[in-house]
Amino acid sequence: MYFAIVGTRDNPIYELDLPTPASSSAPNTSLKRDSVSDQKHLSQFIVHSALDIVEESMWGTNQMYLKVVDRFNEHHVSAYVTPSGAKLMLVHDAVGGDIRAFFVDVHELYVKMLMNPFSEINGSIGSQQFDAKVRALVRKHL
Amino acid sequence: MSDRRHERAGDDIWKNRTDKINGELFALTYGSLVAQLVKDYEEYAEVNAQLDKMGYNIGGRLIEDFIAKSGTTKCGSFAETADVIAKVGFRMFLGITPQVTNWSPDGKEFSLIIDENPLTEFVELPDDAVAELWYSNVLCGVLRGALEMVLLQTEVAFVSDVLRGDEMTEIRVKLIRLLDEEVPAADE
Repeated sequence: MYFAIVGTRDNPIYELDLPTPASSSAPNTSLKRDSVSDQKHLSQFIVHSALDIVEESMWGTNQMYLKVVDRFNEHHVSAYVTPSGAKLMLVHDAVGGDIRAFFVDVHELYVKMLMNPFSEINGSIGSQQFDAKVRALVRKHL
Repeated sequence: MSDRRHERAGDDIWKNRTDKINGELFALTYGSLVAQLVKDYEEYAEVNAQLDKMGYNIGGRLIEDFIAKSGTTKCGSFAETADVIAKVGFRMFLGITPQVTNWSPDGKEFSLIIDENPLTEFVELPDDAVAELWYSNVLCGVLRGALEMVLLQTEVAFVSDVLRGDEMTEIRVKLIRLLDEEVPAADE
């Protein structure tokens, strides 16, 4: 599973990579490590190519949550667009979990980060606290 | 007894006789001020000094507004001054009441402990600032400037700040001396 916040210039503001053990089929540990880092690159690629679709579909609706916008093999891409144009993208398998609630909570966290005068608007978020909180939300909703 | 009087005065002014603005707007405005200073000056010590200077100017003007609105008369002792600052001054302008503690044995120094600082809502200091920047340093300048206008020369500085990871936010106020009525040096 891979979650990213993409800024208005298609730049990644925040990334969270959670390799699920089921997705790597290699029993050998060294192969597993390779496929895990491959996973991340693949996920980034998937998100990047889904960005166009997000930009198209966001004008068709006045909702922020866009549900599943793209599919790649067995990966689904869900998207959520914030009013300021940041896109929250989630690459996941077709499993359950309350994705909308997850997006809403992360949006709230994101807004709080933006209120910090020392943060830059399209800049990357390096804060450990933010990372820890997003991980907690993943565990809670997904 | 006089405690209650100041408390009630402060509460009354805060509730009835001041205009209020949105706390988030206030925090964001102050935040962009500090962020811009950090970008301009690059050295955190310099930013602290600038915040103090700005506060000093604010304090010199604020004291007039304070006396006009609160009708406070001359304080009998430095202890009373501390009380008035915490219960009436802070309450009037920031809506909070810091605690006055840690009096020195000669009665010339005390600490103000601030529970909730309206300036620092949502603020997280960048890593390199944590050891050096006193984010709310403007408050020290304000106190120093205001007290100088009522002829009390003081040194005011932060001792600890929750933003820096300390347990509490504490400002130390030290009375240096009582001034005579003279033209301030800056006017010459």
